[in-house]
Amino acid sequence: MTKITAEEVKKLASLAKLQLTNDQIDAFRSEMESIMGLIDQLQAADVDEYEPTEQVTGLTNVARPDEVTQQAAEAADLVALAKDSQNNQYKVKRVLG
Amino acid sequence: MKSIKQLADDVRGGHTSSVALVQDALDKAAKSIELNIFLEIFKEQALEQAKNIDARVAKGDKLGKLAGVPFAAKDNFLYAYGKTTAAADILSNFSSPITATSLQKVLDEDAILIGKVNLDAFAHGGSTENSFYGPTKNPHNTTKVPGGSSGGSAAAVAAGIVPFALGSDTGGSIRQPASFCGVVGYKPTYGLVSRYGVVAMASSTDCIGPISSSATDASYLMEILRGRDPLDGTTLDSSQIICQITDAKNLKIGVIKEYTQGLDKDVADAFDASIKVLKAAGHTITEISIPSSALSLPCYYVLVPAEVSSNLSRYDGIRYGNLDETAGSLEQAYLGTRSKGFMPENQRRLMIGTYVLSSGYFDAYYKKAQRLRTRLIREYETALEGVDILIGPTSPTSAFDIGGRVDDPVKMYQTDIMTVGANLTGMPAISIPLKSKTMPVGLQIISEQRKDGLVLSAAAQIEEDLCQ
Repeated sequence: MTKITAEEVKKLASLAKLQLTNDQIDAFRSEMESIMGLIDQLQAADVDEYEPTEQVTGLTNVARPDEVTQQAAEAADLVALAKDSQNNQYKVKRVLG
Repeated sequence: MKSIKQLADDVRGGHTSSVALVQDALDKAAKSIELNIFLEIFKEQALEQAKNIDARVAKGDKLGKLAGVPFAAKDNFLYAYGKTTAAADILSNFSSPITATSLQKVLDEDAILIGKVNLDAFAHGGSTENSFYGPTKNPHNTTKVPGGSSGGSAAAVAAGIVPFALGSDTGGSIRQPASFCGVVGYKPTYGLVSRYGVVAMASSTDCIGPISSSATDASYLMEILRGRDPLDGTTLDSSQIICQITDAKNLKIGVIKEYTQGLDKDVADAFDASIKVLKAAGHTITEISIPSSALSLPCYYVLVPAEVSSNLSRYDGIRYGNLDETAGSLEQAYLGTRSKGFMPENQRRLMIGTYVLSSGYFDAYYKKAQRLRTRLIREYETALEGVDILIGPTSPTSAFDIGGRVDDPVKMYQTDIMTVGANLTGMPAISIPLKSKTMPVGLQIISEQRKDGLVLSAAAQIEEDLCQ
């Protein structure tokens, strides 16, 4: 059975950009172990002879002419959804000191 | 009950008014408020549009195939009016500037959207309990869940509020609530309906489809919904994938052996009774095994959380959605926004997805699940070699109690055991109601990719057989 440690939960939360309380870390640890118990049934499957499926209907390289087209929304309408913007661009907190 | 086509024909012919249909839907929605189906109702806009339809009929204008017919959409369909929340806190104030292609196609046929309905947040769930706005209740018994994640859509049709609703199905989210609510839910071949403008869950299995009262209605709606969309590169050329109903007597039917195991008694009884009816109606029934079927659930719960974790990475609070404005740094803003904005089940899937994609585990989980997916596809294809369709129950249980499974994620995931196969294989599948003594039970029909017309025709025929 897959064991998941509190340290692993913290590491995953940081990768997933989630901030967890200590109670949540405990809860996730035990829930993830039981979910991994379901997922680990995979290990018994003999699948080496099968190629991985990435696209299920067999479509490949769906391309369109390289032309600027009118998309469904204007840039200004999209930027307007942000809490903060300036000159039609997203504004975020300073990243470099 | 009148078909959707009859309703639209009645409006177009002036035999009934769209205002009457829309007002009736709004009245029923108001009376069903305790079911918590609607997240937003567009009362004024809907009545205004209905008046406009009636005026155009009076003028002799030609109207669309859904003229004046009211409907509802799951609140993960973007609509350039009102809010689109995906039933999640992070989008609770989000107003979309665009409308989903599928929704637009229905609107272009002059249907009238009366409101947006509840779901499990980001469509993660099988009970419509994981909603920021609280659970929807099953119209047949308000102590039971309506299924999910398209629980609001199924409940809206089952409560008789609207003749149809749009839903999305990533692992059974149209078929399972249709089964729990006693209505028809259709998941088309992967790529047959554009997903542009529907909040992404797992891009390799997400499908859009209708929930309605009959297979005939589902067919009528699919003829409108299907087709290539330049805004969704996964859509298929549907010129050869006709969804019209044709003769489907004397079918060769395969019963999936693994789907008949571990059923609750009410489901087993309803299913067994239906097999007798189908034999008597002249269909040939054989039992067929899909040996890896039991592994479809672990396969799904690797691939889907992996894709969920990728698709949820876009929610940073910066470009749209609620932002944690108390944060002192950009990093803290991401953490605060996402921790508050995602529901517990969203976070669970995000964590599992991050785990199975992380370095060192990728080959053991994600790659292995992708190989297993290929094996499942081959097994379903082999199963379909000697038969027209595969059948089984849609879910091993009927609707369960509200609150009965929320504390046990694995038990909740197990409600998907019979529906994820069609998503992993990209195959079309439908759930139609069976006769049941207690809560509704659904019969699932599956066939090969692109044989949507066959699935819908078989469903219409079986509906007729079951009525005899």
